[in-house]
Amino acid sequence: MNNVPTAPTRNTKVMNRFDLTKRLVARLKNEEAVIGGIGNTNFDLWTAGHRPQNFYMLGSMGLAFPIALGAALAQPARRIFAIEGDGSLLMQLGCLTTIAALAPKNLTMIVMDNGMYQITGAQPTPAAAVSDIVAIAAGCGLGQSTWAADEDDFERLIDDALVSGGPTFIAVRIDDKPGAGTTDRDPVQIRQRFMLGLGVRKQI
Amino acid sequence: MVTGLLTILSIPSSFGASAAVGLSQTDISPPIQTTTETAMANAEEHKPPARAWHEIVLQTLKSNDIRLVPYVPDRVLTTLIKNIHADPFFTAFPTAREEEAVGIVSGAWMGGKRGAVLMQTSGFATLPNVLASLALPYQIPLIMFVSERGTLGEFNYGQSLVCRTMRPVLDSLAIEHHTMTRLDEMEFIVDRSIKQAIATQAPVALILSPLLTGGKVFTA
Repeated sequence: MNNVPTAPTRNTKVMNRFDLTKRLVARLKNEEAVIGGIGNTNFDLWTAGHRPQNFYMLGSMGLAFPIALGAALAQPARRIFAIEGDGSLLMQLGCLTTIAALAPKNLTMIVMDNGMYQITGAQPTPAAAVSDIVAIAAGCGLGQSTWAADEDDFERLIDDALVSGGPTFIAVRIDDKPGAGTTDRDPVQIRQRFMLGLGVRKQI
Repeated sequence: MVTGLLTILSIPSSFGASAAVGLSQTDISPPIQTTTETAMANAEEHKPPARAWHEIVLQTLKSNDIRLVPYVPDRVLTTLIKNIHADPFFTAFPTAREEEAVGIVSGAWMGGKRGAVLMQTSGFATLPNVLASLALPYQIPLIMFVSERGTLGEFNYGQSLVCRTMRPVLDSLAIEHHTMTRLDEMEFIVDRSIKQAIATQAPVALILSPLLTGGKVFTA
């Protein structure tokens, strides 16, 4: 992660994004939507096995949670998940206050925190050595904000999120591995398949 | 639609409601019978009063089933925002940044709920990346209302400079945009633009000129 001596002591296991993404997808049984942020988060979501309810971002860094919020407001009966990188979230921290204020019960935010911009050459983020993403989320008013201690804890937190009465925020520390594959970059197809998957469009 | 237009056609934005005279068919009938005159007087009494620009926006959003309205506020938008909050038809809320609001209405559109974003000129200037990487390539009918600062009496130098970037950005991305200056054209522009955005799955920017809204006035 980072070797800066001032970094706070962590009691959370360093896990792997692709492994955690597979664990998440395996627990989704009710056509839950999943929004994958730019770069590695959506690459791993794609590689974990495409689902009609997956949406893959190809730009607009930092908007995974706002896009998921919009879907959550549009379809309150469906559970919506969003997977975002720590660097991406730093681009759009203000959205946590919007989500806290609206408090959609069907929205779960997952932050894959490796403390770096892995895809651009593993440069550390400004937050890497000094900031606690979960404390930021809690400070924004997201009461159910938690670090996952290990893989079992992550799965338990996902199960809790699936029945939660409010928005949930789960952060995980991950290693510096790149994405396990590459998403097919066809934005119109991605959007159309997602709308079919959410029942907004009908297959002809 | 046509009837609504006729009602507002003859009301210049600079006139008060007392100057409103509709072009209904009874107006051109020969005024010879007392009963007709009475009917005309009654019709005048029951004619809806002239609508302000923000009332036209609100009602046209409603008639197009646009329910989700995230915004970053602007002084000119104050009454519109207040009225949208007061109407249970809408889900309205502030966002921290304009691009966040664009993400929200994009997600909502894909989930089957229509939205529009309200912002100021300087807020639009933060959007080129999200327009080019989300709204346009994914073909999202993003509906933007932009309250125009920076022209026709601007007092803040920064606002006047950033305003000059708005139309070049819209043009460079080939995004449909209209600058609304007249009350009598407003419902037509807003209604048709919303319908076109949805039908063609393309963004549209509706710019609210100070000629329409009065703008923000320098009082010092």
